[in-house]
Order: sequence, then C-alpha cells, then structure tokens
Amino acid sequence: MTWQLLKRIAGTRAPAEPLPQADDDWRTESQRLHQAILDVLGRALCIRQIDAGSCNGCELEIHALNNPYYNIEGLGIRFVASPRHADMLLVTGPLALNMREAVRLAYEATPEPKLVVAAGECACTGGMFRDSYAVCGPLADLLPVDVHIPGCPPSPVELLRGILTALRGAAG
Amino acid sequence: MTPLMGIDAFHLPGLTRLANSGEAPATFVAQVDGDAWVRVAAAVAEGAGRLVTIWGAEDDSGTFTVCAAYAVDDGLLWVRLPVGERPSGGARDYPDLSALFPYAARMQRAVHDLTGLRAHGAADTRPWLNHGNWPADYFPLRKSTTGQERFESREADYAFTRVAGDGVHEIAVGPIHAGIIEPGHFRFSVVGEKVLRLEERLGYTHRGIERLFERTPSLAGHRVAGRIAGDSTVAFAWAYCMALEQALGTTIPSRAQWLRALLLERERIANHLGDLGALGNDAGFAVGLAQFARMKEDWLRLNERVFGHRYLFDAIEPGGVARDLADDKVGAMLMQCDRIEREVRSMRRIYDDHAGLQDRFARTGLLTPAMAARLGVCGLAARASGGAMDLRVDHGPAPYREIGARRSGDERGDVAARVALRFMEIDESLRQIRAIIAGMPGGSIAVQPDLRRAPSYGAGWIEGWRGDVLVALETGEDGALARCHCHDPSWQNWPAIEVAIIGNIVADFPLINKSFNLCYAGHDL
Repeated sequence: MTWQLLKRIAGTRAPAEPLPQADDDWRTESQRLHQAILDVLGRALCIRQIDAGSCNGCELEIHALNNPYYNIEGLGIRFVASPRHADMLLVTGPLALNMREAVRLAYEATPEPKLVVAAGECACTGGMFRDSYAVCGPLADLLPVDVHIPGCPPSPVELLRGILTALRGAAG
Repeated sequence: MTPLMGIDAFHLPGLTRLANSGEAPATFVAQVDGDAWVRVAAAVAEGAGRLVTIWGAEDDSGTFTVCAAYAVDDGLLWVRLPVGERPSGGARDYPDLSALFPYAARMQRAVHDLTGLRAHGAADTRPWLNHGNWPADYFPLRKSTTGQERFESREADYAFTRVAGDGVHEIAVGPIHAGIIEPGHFRFSVVGEKVLRLEERLGYTHRGIERLFERTPSLAGHRVAGRIAGDSTVAFAWAYCMALEQALGTTIPSRAQWLRALLLERERIANHLGDLGALGNDAGFAVGLAQFARMKEDWLRLNERVFGHRYLFDAIEPGGVARDLADDKVGAMLMQCDRIEREVRSMRRIYDDHAGLQDRFARTGLLTPAMAARLGVCGLAARASGGAMDLRVDHGPAPYREIGARRSGDERGDVAARVALRFMEIDESLRQIRAIIAGMPGGSIAVQPDLRRAPSYGAGWIEGWRGDVLVALETGEDGALARCHCHDPSWQNWPAIEVAIIGNIVADFPLINKSFNLCYAGHDL
C-alpha cells in the first residue's frame, strides 16, 4: 500500500498551468496576487464564505479554488471557519430571507477591513429569484459590496480575479 | 391518457396511466377520497413500495388538492385528494401519513407552510420552511398571493426537542457552517463526546422556487429546475423536461434521450470524484483530496469543452438537448474515461488498504438495512444499506435498458459502504458512458414542443447521483405551468443522518455527513 501511495504521489504530474489571465501567465499573476495581498494586509488573506441561498453551484467552484490547479492556499488565501478571523466575506446566493439575519450577524462579527465580495449572478442581482417573497437580495441591499463577480456560476479564474480586484480596491 | 391494465392491487377506480412519451417510467394518476388516501398509504407501507413525496396545490377555481407520489413495482403512483375550497387552517384537511412514513412529517410541515393545508392527526406541526420571516397566515402557493410580496426578516425561535439528564449538553451548529458548505442548523445533544441525539433544522435556503415556476414560461422552466441544486442540475433539468414533455405529449429524438443519459452519468461521476476526495480529507488523508480534486477538475474541463458548461447547466431543455456531442470530441471523452478509470482504481486500492482510513470509515455512521427501509432512504445511501432501488435499473428510461444498467450495492450501511459504493458506481457509470457513446443513434437532438395542448399532468423521475429526483407538474391552457412540484431525495435521507449519528462521537459527524452528502438547496427549494 505504501509503495502504491508513493508511486501515486511521485507519478502524478503537478498540474500547475498558466492562468488564463488577460495579461500574464499564472506564475507572474500569482506572484503579483501574493504581493498585493501582503501589501494590503501584511499577512495571508482569510475568507469566510457564506451561502445565502445559493443552489450550491457557486460553492462547487469555490471548492475548486482549493484543487491543485488553482491552489489558492498556495497564494496565501485561506478559507476560515469564523467571520471573526476573516478579512473578506465571499457571499453567494440571492439572499434568502431565512439567511438574512445570519448574514448580518456574520458581517457584524467580521473585523475591518470587512471586504465583501458578491459571487455569482444571484448574489449580484438576485438572478431569477430576485422578486420572490422568500428572497431579499441582491446582497448590496444589505451590505456594502466591494466587488461583484458575475457568472452562473463564476469559474474559479473569475473568482480569483474578483478576490484580487477587491484587494486592490482596498489597497487603493 | 389510456385506461390502466395492471397495478390493480390498489383497487383505485378511475386510475389512468399517463401517456408514455420519451420512454418515461410509467406514471399512474388516481383521484381518491380520504379513505382511499389512507388505504393506498397503508398498502404501500406494508411492502408494495415507498412514499416519494407529498405536495399541495390550489387550482384556479380555488379548490385545494393534496397529492402524494409513491414508488411501486410498476412505476410511479400519483394520488390526488381534493380537500375542498377552504382549507380549515388547522383542523382536518387531509389524513396524516407520518404515522406510516416517519419521513413524511417534514413534508407535511412544508405543505402547510406553502399552502395552509394541515395533516389531520400529525404529531409535529412546527413550521418547517417558514422561519418567522413571513407572516404565519401567508401561504405562497395560494392563488390569492402573487408570490412577490415583500417581508421584513423576523427570525423566530424554534422549539428544538430537548434531551434531559445528567451531563447532557447541547452543541448548536449553523446555519453558517465551518466550511464552504450550504447552510442549515444542527442541534446535537451530547454526553461527553458521544452524540445522544441530533435534530436538524433546514429551510434556510428557501427561495420560493415552486411559486417561481408558476410565473415562468414552461419552455424556460428547465432553467429554474437546473438551479434547484447545482450539483444535480442535469437530474432536475431532465426530470423537469421529462414531466413537461409527458404533459405536452412531446416525443423527443432518440439521440437526445441518449445524450441526456450521457450528461447524467457525467454529473454522477463528477460528484462521486469530489466526494471521494472530501471523504479522504475528512479522515485526515489529504492526498486523497488532492488526487480526486484534480481528477474532478479534468472532468469538469472536458464538460466545458464538449457541452459548454463545467456543471452542464442548461444542457438539457424541453424537446431535447442544447448541444450535440461533436464527433471530434468523442475520442477525448473515451480517452478520459480510460484515464480516470485507471486512476480511480489505483486510488481505490490505496483507500482499501489504508488502515487509518478504514479505521475511520468502518462501523462509523451505521445505517442498518432495516432502519434504512423504515426511513424510506433512497439512492446511493439506500444502496449502501442493502437497498435495491435504482431507477436506471428498475424503470430506466432509454437508453438505460438498452445498455443494460447494472445495480451496485453494499450491505454494511456504514461510511465505508458509502465510500465503496461511490467507487463501484464510478466504474459502472464509466461503462455506461462507453456503451452510450458506442450505441448513440444519429439524428436530430431536439424538437419544438407544441404548447397547444389541453391541461394535463406530467411526471419526471430520474435517478440522480444522490437518489431519485421527481418533478410532478400540471399544465393549464397553452401549456402554462399551473403547479410544479420538485422533490429531492434529501427529504428522505436527512432524517436518516439523525439516526446514523446516534452513539458516534461529535468529531465523526463531518465524515458521516459527507458520506451522505445531502442537499440543502434542493430540499429547501
């Protein structure tokens, strides 16, 4: 078993690849991203993700950020369990009425700079659910949103780009 | 609709079989009175089948109906109980089913929150979807509402069941969980590390989807269905389209039918790959997560290349599918199947031989076959607890019969069994994908459904990766959606986790929960 495991680890190529960014390749982009984070915060960026009524599609893509291709932890970005440890709230979903109070409490518990990123069509505009009795979004109606990331769901690259945009704004 | 020959064991006068377009599983509809409602439920509970779902509806004339769908040997039995024009708002609207099917309790609570219809004799009448954020006398599925009212959020207290005793304390978790997970609340009553009782509270992601359907053009309804649950978008979109096509009498091209199955199996494998990685990780085996997450990413990327979307959103639409499998992509897909098969088998040997992993998996979160049957557990979780149900095998639409879908199963009922089942199902789905590609008929991939149909019923019943999803709908004039009810298998399986966790330690909850990996959004709607 150990032999198989070692073989598996040794035999797997590290799937680092160029980031499909407009200007530079992945390495360069990730270095700049890392630097931008350090400039703003002087340490790793901690994100508290909140599902405010999403279909879970956005969560699947946020999960994908942790896979070896996007390797978001390698950039110094970490998803944390408590909003008290977070620099940024990454919120998905059309803001279900049943989640409103929880989102508000999480925002209050988050220390400055309290960056807020709305991820996905639902969080940005309410999407197809916006007029529903059970929804009180879009997110910007409740919280000051720094960056909107469109998409249904936004791809991991778009999510990275949105997170970086929020950071640059904060550094600005 | 044709008069029924068969399933007459239920002795239901006026039973009709819905026209079977698109090779949907057989659906039987019967109007019943209160006595027959109870009689059918009792017969099903005695062994003929299981309850799938319950829902309520009001028609344009203000008459209310409560419906139940049962899985029986011959297919799906849809019984409709008219309950008059004015729900009494608390007394005796329809006979309770939760005494026969414990998992019906939450469904009945949801029926009340949405329509005001109350199950007569139900023990638990707490609200389920209404968390106090809209008035207790606001019922969104009534025709007197628009479904677009605005309310202030006024979160109400919820009466959790208390466990008393020396040293018992509660751990409250959620609705926001410690991870990238959907929201829900878990209330654990524990002694030391051991869980005595778990009570779930869901409904946080309720978006009002069933009402939304009623103001959505039926030919656009697949977009709503496809956003009920992002990880089951293919299953729900197919179920919706199957139901609509049945109601409209649309026969889709054979190639579209085969492509839908291809999409469904690709969705199944994507989810199983993700879960196997996460299950390894929850047991402290990070290599497993890295390996499976990479495989899943490769899999999603090919989805995007071939079908234009990583998770296959909107790939299925009424009348067929949106995008064909191009000939020049077939090779890439087959090659990927071979590679993933090799890699998954190698990972399986590692998982199976890893003492640390097996120690965490084996005998953890046990759901015995008897308990699974009693709780009406379905899908993957049922097949890991000795259950035999798999719609692809039992009532499979084309092409599952043609390719000879095979059932995977395990008797153990623990986390290890649910892990093993995912490995087996990946194997089988890869085989099915190859068989689908090999046998794929040519021709067009979509037809235009004809909306000029008399009001009718339709049911779409699909074995999604988690279990069977059901969409039951009624069309009005010009094919408009009068009512569309959607059911996720998590309704059955959430209560099963409350049982599977008993006696385990709190620290094993994430692992047990992940081994079921149930849906919040699909349940809350």
